[in-house]
Amino acid sequence: MIQFQFERASTVKASVNAMVNNGNARFIAGGTNLVDLMKRNVMTPTKLVDINAVPLKDIQQKNGVISIGALALNSQVADNKIIQEKYPLLSKALNAGASAQIRNMATVGGNIMQRTRCSYFYDTTLPCNKRQPGSGCGALDGLNRMHAIFGTSKDCIAVHPSDMCVALVALDATVVVAGPKGERRIPFEEFHRLPGSQPAKDNTLQNNEMIISVEIPDNEFNKNAHYFKVRDRASYAFALISVAAALNMDGKVIKEARLAMGGVAHKPWRLKEAEKSLVGKQATEEVFKQAAEIAMQGAKAYKYNAFKLKLGPNVIVEALKNAAGLV
Amino acid sequence: MNKNKTTGKSEEEENHESRRDFLKTTSILTAIAVSPVAVSKAAEYNLGEKINHALETTPVNLTINGIKKQLAVEPRSTLLDVLREQLNLTGTKKGCDYGQCGACTVHVNGQRVLSCLSLAIMQDGKQVTTIEGLSKGDELHPMQQAFIKHDGFQCGYCTPGQIMSAVACINEGHAENKEDIKEFMSGNICRCGAYPNIVKAIQEVKNGGQKI
Repeated sequence: MIQFQFERASTVKASVNAMVNNGNARFIAGGTNLVDLMKRNVMTPTKLVDINAVPLKDIQQKNGVISIGALALNSQVADNKIIQEKYPLLSKALNAGASAQIRNMATVGGNIMQRTRCSYFYDTTLPCNKRQPGSGCGALDGLNRMHAIFGTSKDCIAVHPSDMCVALVALDATVVVAGPKGERRIPFEEFHRLPGSQPAKDNTLQNNEMIISVEIPDNEFNKNAHYFKVRDRASYAFALISVAAALNMDGKVIKEARLAMGGVAHKPWRLKEAEKSLVGKQATEEVFKQAAEIAMQGAKAYKYNAFKLKLGPNVIVEALKNAAGLV
Repeated sequence: MNKNKTTGKSEEEENHESRRDFLKTTSILTAIAVSPVAVSKAAEYNLGEKINHALETTPVNLTINGIKKQLAVEPRSTLLDVLREQLNLTGTKKGCDYGQCGACTVHVNGQRVLSCLSLAIMQDGKQVTTIEGLSKGDELHPMQQAFIKHDGFQCGYCTPGQIMSAVACINEGHAENKEDIKEFMSGNICRCGAYPNIVKAIQEVKNGGQKI
């Protein structure tokens, strides 16, 4: 790890100001991803701004939304009674990620900002356009079993590793950020980006902006929601594929549906066409299989991840069956 | 030499600059009015290391196992390294050092965390409990006794982390059944495969109902 300057900020304004004119400064909150990356010299910030004293830990209901502070811990959100009752999809997704120790450290803002776990990104001796723009993508013709099947480019096929973000994109969340010019609101689906020719940019946040909260609008998905994650071991592993499924049911008929996938793209992958196909239909396995087929359109596999083309629809159907109570 | 795309500077130049930035902003530096020039002079006379240590460390107050400590830590030091190297509390183990194994689990303000991914400088004013702080003198903590009774370890390297995690698992309310215990203990890896016995130990302490 290289040496760095360390500062503490206790207000949003002071945090944002600490970033001005320093492109190589980073905020640190839980540090579970950043400290790991700094130890490996994958990220080499010359200044860390500790934002833990900024009062952004609260979870509160207001005007048709629930607002979750950026510094709320992953465990705090997962165990929160309102979240469990009204947004069980989020609680389930959070508990599917990392370990109890890491969830006690990691914040909501940090979870959104975490970097890919692509092994080429993590190994500084190998090429990676995300870490070292222009060096090439090692995964493209390399060991790409964990990699993306949607929205890839010739420069990057990495996936976003978060479980929480898959639930948040499905629930139409909004990311509220503060910068030198004040606050702005970013729909969750537009927060993370596809790699294109600039894989170094994970998302649309500017360097001098900080996430202050995430808002989820009230919804009717609390009775029929499921997060299904398939991974190499039963727990504490990143997703091969995960699916967040939420249904608003009137008896056996689906009034509204939400579907999103993790482990398949550079961003949490919302499946809007598949959602539309479910509306007005009876919740049956056959209907879910049709939705899964629509969801997988446009998927493209690489040498070692072709299994995801088969696994994907199965995980979608299983998640929907669980959400609908058919299991 | 690799140049940073944004700044156009080499890594060495950047490291040098970051060091200079650090020296500029260190409050101790202002307090004892040593200029960077004096520091480099000191280095020439081989006094560098001692002075650098004083300049590069920051005071941090920690309560470790109930005892208040004032420490001088370098911003890069993890809580794990400070516990093991500065305080000689070697019960907390360094397994992977990258947050993947759980061997370094300690409690900070009563919550289980990974000390290998915690910067010590960020723990100022906090209460830290390590495996050394669980027992009362020679009297073992109920979880330690249960691990012995149920043979919850073989080589023992992961055991301090397992025990710290197990105590927290019960206190969090995540030890209601076997499935919950397995899920909420998944951050502690045991290469010897003592998992079934670890689960038994946790269940015994949980069912014993004693305050831990």
